[in-house]
Amino acid sequence: MRTLIPVENNDTLTAVRGFLKQLLEAEVVDALLLPMETPAGTITPALVSNPDLLDAANPLAPVMGLNAARVAGHVSIREPRAKIGAVLRPCELRALVELVKLQQASLDDLVTIGVDCLGTYDVPVYAELDVDMAAYLATAQSGELTPQEGYSFRDGCQMCEKPHVEQADITLELFGADLTIGVPVSLSDEMAEKLGLSAANGDGERGKVVEKLVAARTRVRDARFTEIHQQLDQEGVEGVFAACVRCHNCMTVCPICYCKTCLFKSPVFDHEPAQYMNWVQRKGAYRLPADTTLFHLTRLNHMALSCVGCGMCTSACPADLPVGQVFRAIGQQVQAVFEYVPGRDIEEPLPLVTFKEDEWMEVGEE
Amino acid sequence: MAEDNFEPKIVAFLCNWCTYTGADLAGTSRLQYPPNVRIIRLMCSGSVDPTYVLKPLLDGADGVLIGGCHPGDCHYQSGNYKARRRIIALKEILKSAGYDDDRVWLRWISASEGGRFAETVTQMTEAMREKGPNPMRRKWAV
Repeated sequence: MRTLIPVENNDTLTAVRGFLKQLLEAEVVDALLLPMETPAGTITPALVSNPDLLDAANPLAPVMGLNAARVAGHVSIREPRAKIGAVLRPCELRALVELVKLQQASLDDLVTIGVDCLGTYDVPVYAELDVDMAAYLATAQSGELTPQEGYSFRDGCQMCEKPHVEQADITLELFGADLTIGVPVSLSDEMAEKLGLSAANGDGERGKVVEKLVAARTRVRDARFTEIHQQLDQEGVEGVFAACVRCHNCMTVCPICYCKTCLFKSPVFDHEPAQYMNWVQRKGAYRLPADTTLFHLTRLNHMALSCVGCGMCTSACPADLPVGQVFRAIGQQVQAVFEYVPGRDIEEPLPLVTFKEDEWMEVGEE
Repeated sequence: MAEDNFEPKIVAFLCNWCTYTGADLAGTSRLQYPPNVRIIRLMCSGSVDPTYVLKPLLDGADGVLIGGCHPGDCHYQSGNYKARRRIIALKEILKSAGYDDDRVWLRWISASEGGRFAETVTQMTEAMREKGPNPMRRKWAV
């Protein structure tokens, strides 16, 4: 069912907070996982059970410090579970689907609350920026998402062609809406009844606005893919990642890279000094820290099929490397081979944990 | 090393039950094949992590061969089916990243196919010789 949360005095955020409070008060959920404003003014995900504290909730803030699918996994993975409503962006929802498949999250008692994404800034940019929320929210109606003058959205957001929620239990449908009047919400009839909400007329312009936005963003994305492929063809991964210091930030913030016993955190790569001498004598020189290209290529093999394009890796890179651009460009090609779209369908098995006996029959028989 | 007396170096990951035994049979049958291959025995082609293939390639090996049981014959039921998908993904990633994915070969060779093992190593050595040295051999900033 589709309903409209009325907005008073042009204050969209208060209306959204009111709706979230209702979810707690009507006991649709026991707690909410959502972005909260800390007293210091930064935004962080938090689990909230006291409705009064939702005055600090801000799921519309244009900043993304981490992909919250990770923490949604932490609070949902093991029984006994509480009924938790997780307020997530589209890229976080897609990552959550992948984490469920990787058995790092569970949707059993999770109510997903998706919010259309109007673009996010990196944390330091957001800290510096005096955000004009009214102007930011106004971009939802046309879908022409523009950052504030003199600033840019996160690199990942700039080439994100899926800023709209595709599937969630509750969706805050920002696109196409005049958010000074009301926030369209779609949810199940059962939930609407519990909340005492009734259906609103019409489905607005969301479909058209999303279609236009997706087309525009896809063009940007494809241009970025072409650009990075040219660079890869000329320089290889070792060239593109030449300034990598192997800090593993990209891996740490990646919602998909969950392995607690990651090979690259193990002693496998603590080579003996004699081993380095062996390598250096072979090549004449040897880049240190060692195995940087190996790290990226291995990570590509381990997670590119599930890459949801949140771009947190690029945001976290101290050397400003185009990590997300590389992973998305290569990821897209390998995903195409397996006709796999990460985050699309919870029922779709991960390509590398499943197989068919009668596929690629020619491989290995040459 | 001068390019004219270039000898390819091939690292081979062979499954214990089929291809390694096939290589053994090639030996006991006194079949000749080039000495360019360095064999590493694993329990299953399904236990070849992509990183095992990538490390030698980045260090300058000219080719990596992965040998497993024919589909349907895996000692662990499905290891080779999983290896097949994993190697397909690996080769696609290599290609997409601008590398020569033909330096990675996956071949099904059974314990009774000593001849096929010797032929495969011969073919691969020649193919890698034709390609010339892996450019990674000279790249130190990897």
